[in-house]
Amino acid sequence: MIQFLLLFSRQGKLRLQKWYVATEEKQKKKLSRELINVVLQRKPKMCSFLEWKDMKIVYKRYASLYFCCAVESTDNELLILEIIHRYVELLDKYFGSVCELDIIFNFEKAYFILDEFILGGEVQETSKKNVLKAVSAQDVMQEDEAVTSALEEFGLV
Amino acid sequence: METLQNIRTQIQDVMQNAIKLPMTPIRLRDLIRQVRAARTAADERAVVNKECADIRANFREEDVTWRCRNVAKLLYIHMLGYPAHFGQLECLKLVASHRFTDKRIGYLGAMLLLDEQTEVHLLITNCIKNDLNNTNQYIAGLALCALGEICSAEMCRDLVGEIEKLLKSSNSYLRKKAALCAVRMIQKVPSLMDQFMPVTRSLLAEKNHAVQITGMVLMRQMCEMNTETLGSFRKLVPNIVRTFRALIMAGYNPDHDVSGISDPFLQVKMLDLLTVLGRNDAEASDMMNDILAQVATNTDGSKNVGGAVLYETVLAIMDIKSESGLRVLAVNILGRFLMNQDRNIRYVALNTLLKTVQIDNMAVQRHRSTVLECLKDPDVSIRKRAMELSFALVNATNVKAMAKELLAFLETADNEFKAPCSSNLFITCERYAPNRRWQIDTMIKALNLSGNYVSDHVVANIIQLIGEYAEEQAYAVRELFQCVQDPNFDTKQPLVQVACWSLGEFGDLLLSAGPSSFGGEDHQQQQPMNISEHSVVDALENIIKNKHSWVSTREYALNAVMKLSTRFTEMTSRIEQILAPLTANVSIEIQQRAVEYSSLFERPQQFRYGILERMPIVKRGTAADSTFMNGEEGLTVPHADDTDDLLGYHGDKRDGTSKPRAPKHSDSLLGILDDMSILASDTPVIHENGHAHQGSSAGGGMTDLLDLLDMNPASSVPKARPAAPANTSATSAMADFDFLNGNTSNTPVSAGTTFTAFEKNGLRIDFTVNGSPESLDVTINAWNFSPEEMSDFVFQAAVPKVLQLQLFPPSSSTIPAHGLSPVVQQMKIANPSHTPVKLRLRIFYKTSLQTVQEQAEVSNFPSPTSKLF
Repeated sequence: MIQFLLLFSRQGKLRLQKWYVATEEKQKKKLSRELINVVLQRKPKMCSFLEWKDMKIVYKRYASLYFCCAVESTDNELLILEIIHRYVELLDKYFGSVCELDIIFNFEKAYFILDEFILGGEVQETSKKNVLKAVSAQDVMQEDEAVTSALEEFGLV
Repeated sequence: METLQNIRTQIQDVMQNAIKLPMTPIRLRDLIRQVRAARTAADERAVVNKECADIRANFREEDVTWRCRNVAKLLYIHMLGYPAHFGQLECLKLVASHRFTDKRIGYLGAMLLLDEQTEVHLLITNCIKNDLNNTNQYIAGLALCALGEICSAEMCRDLVGEIEKLLKSSNSYLRKKAALCAVRMIQKVPSLMDQFMPVTRSLLAEKNHAVQITGMVLMRQMCEMNTETLGSFRKLVPNIVRTFRALIMAGYNPDHDVSGISDPFLQVKMLDLLTVLGRNDAEASDMMNDILAQVATNTDGSKNVGGAVLYETVLAIMDIKSESGLRVLAVNILGRFLMNQDRNIRYVALNTLLKTVQIDNMAVQRHRSTVLECLKDPDVSIRKRAMELSFALVNATNVKAMAKELLAFLETADNEFKAPCSSNLFITCERYAPNRRWQIDTMIKALNLSGNYVSDHVVANIIQLIGEYAEEQAYAVRELFQCVQDPNFDTKQPLVQVACWSLGEFGDLLLSAGPSSFGGEDHQQQQPMNISEHSVVDALENIIKNKHSWVSTREYALNAVMKLSTRFTEMTSRIEQILAPLTANVSIEIQQRAVEYSSLFERPQQFRYGILERMPIVKRGTAADSTFMNGEEGLTVPHADDTDDLLGYHGDKRDGTSKPRAPKHSDSLLGILDDMSILASDTPVIHENGHAHQGSSAGGGMTDLLDLLDMNPASSVPKARPAAPANTSATSAMADFDFLNGNTSNTPVSAGTTFTAFEKNGLRIDFTVNGSPESLDVTINAWNFSPEEMSDFVFQAAVPKVLQLQLFPPSSSTIPAHGLSPVVQQMKIANPSHTPVKLRLRIFYKTSLQTVQEQAEVSNFPSPTSKLF
């Protein structure tokens, strides 16, 4: 089971965080700061895994963003890499060749996609199509609502 | 949607100007821009603080229109690392809103800002309950997602009914989410498992992959928590195998295919579940052998995704009771992994082989050369694993080749590898070395290459090794002498320490050893080197004087130089000169030694020769060895304090002088390994003369004795250095002159005399005196007859200067009440001049009420001459 997931930039700026295990706010900050430092110090030739505290860290860099998962020591790290990759693919499909800026300005969307892919630290949907379908259906619901409320506001309906 | 929002904002701006509405809060997008435009951290803080103030104000006004936007901004601010707890309640309000946009952001905020540890989270229970029953699947989905992440035991109990219902729903979108919520719930409240049991089975029959995978997660969770459930789910193995086969046989499905692998996520979860079901169960394992073989042979492992499935298959094969053929197949898959281009796959392979090697050494041996190749990998983590695995692969037949490879690895290895590598080399050589000469050679090479990154235990053990094999001592000392002549010796001080010890012990062999002791295979020149006494003493002096030498290295060199005063013939005055400045050394231990040694020169020569005899041979295989072998010792910081070593040597020397070089058990091992845990342990150590006493730490409990010793008018400590501690090591070095005075002194006394030395407030201290008149062994029994336990018990004693005292650590620092059992402590008193024994005692202990300090004098000591003989 995934313990937590961090997205951060090469400069160490946090772009997204998801904690699947209840952790105190202070501890979250401490752990993420430490882990970001550890990962950023790794050289490009090193493998994507490291043993850290009592967890296994699986990370991968996509352009300027690091995707970093902390998992239990019994988890299959190669599959975690696949999960990370799948998430990147989903982001890419959703935003259309995603870049860091997309995630910065639409971080809530990045969370929505993640929440349709993983729940409570486990994969809930293995079909890309289904994940994106669920996300965009909800986007449509939001848009409809926005239209209705805008029209209502100006007394058009 | 974006355009609509824009139009809306613009219209609002116009309206605002017209009718002076309160300010519209800035948009999330604009906040992000402002933050990104901030040049310094202080600027950013200013932007955030201003925005937070606005958001708070808006929250206070209970503004419904902008609540959603404000929470979204707050979530961004939260991600930047600023406090956002004041948004928690606003999230709950959003969740309760009827608008979907509000709910979506509200649940997101709830998941980010709340967790089961925050109290407000319970307030969300009711909203979740309502939303779970919502007919819109996406609203129910949001509630399920939040529940799966933040639910607490209390929420579980409240909402278990809803989840059970949703698990039976016909909608797979809800069923998959409900299954993962159920996982979370039974983690929190295991008793809820029964409620989910029947519906869990039905999840497996599902065609939808998402429901299958979440169902497997749920089953696995249940199996792990309850063996009964595990048993009942084992009956489902054929079903799972069938589903699995259908999955891998199914044709190409673009929705589930990942580079030619059919739904790897699902495959891995199935394998994981099968592993749990097949573990420790031959019947279940039997049913899955075929499918595992099929996956293992048919999956293309060249890419990461195939690797992931194969890796999980290997883990399954290793974990269940699989056929031996299958196990070989699994190890071969790992062997292929080792040659994979992808370093992640190589790492995983090494890691798994490391776990397998204990069970199936022969299968792993076949991949030895590939493993050794990985020692050169550019990735440190792979090198580290490869090193560990290489050591696990060493056996008696390949030890020479493996050691050669590992030494080559050590040569280029990072410093962090050197300590574990040299420690492991020692252990390996110890176990498999073909001969002692080779072993010594290898270890000298290892120390040479490891520089200053060697664990102290390794140093101690090599010293012991050299001490043990008389036939190789001349060879070793010669090799080691060359090492200390290296001008860069300060970069390999552990080696220098070994060399110093050897030179001290066997320096004489260096001068006399002929060429005959050198084998042809050695690179050593055949003719004897022209080594003079001068050059040896020069080298040692150089080590003492070098400013880069560690204190511990200097201590080794100081001891060596002193020992050479009895091995060499012409060096006595030179050695005295070397010692002279050291009597004022800043290191107390060196100062102490130098003072002791200098005073030895003032006594008759026989004293010096007696005391500086060769160390007795120490047999291994005692407690000390086990500490060396176990655990992380390889990672100890190389620069540890060695004072205990020195104390240890002396303890041993004293015991050994009467019978030098006779193999025996003694406590010197404890001393050589400066392992405080051993010294502090209360394991009794059997001595040659048959009595048991505690470990020979002379340091314990003696620090406060300075003032007690002041009762001696004649202090031999030079007055110029009042700091020089007259601690027990001084005593111990000089304690047993009786050895030199003939055998009578060692005559054991059959029965001891017991008398009460002290009694007050329920504390009674009995002395049992054994030994000879010159050397008394006193067993101290401290009884507590009061109704209360005495803790922090410290017993100290001092004697007049004519006597020498050595006190060993007590069996415990707490004396149980009601005279239940005594604390036992050993004390040795050397009385070479047969004067009446007088002791001054100081006793400390704590009761629950007070700290007690007592002083007493013991003058009723039975005179051993009158009573015992």
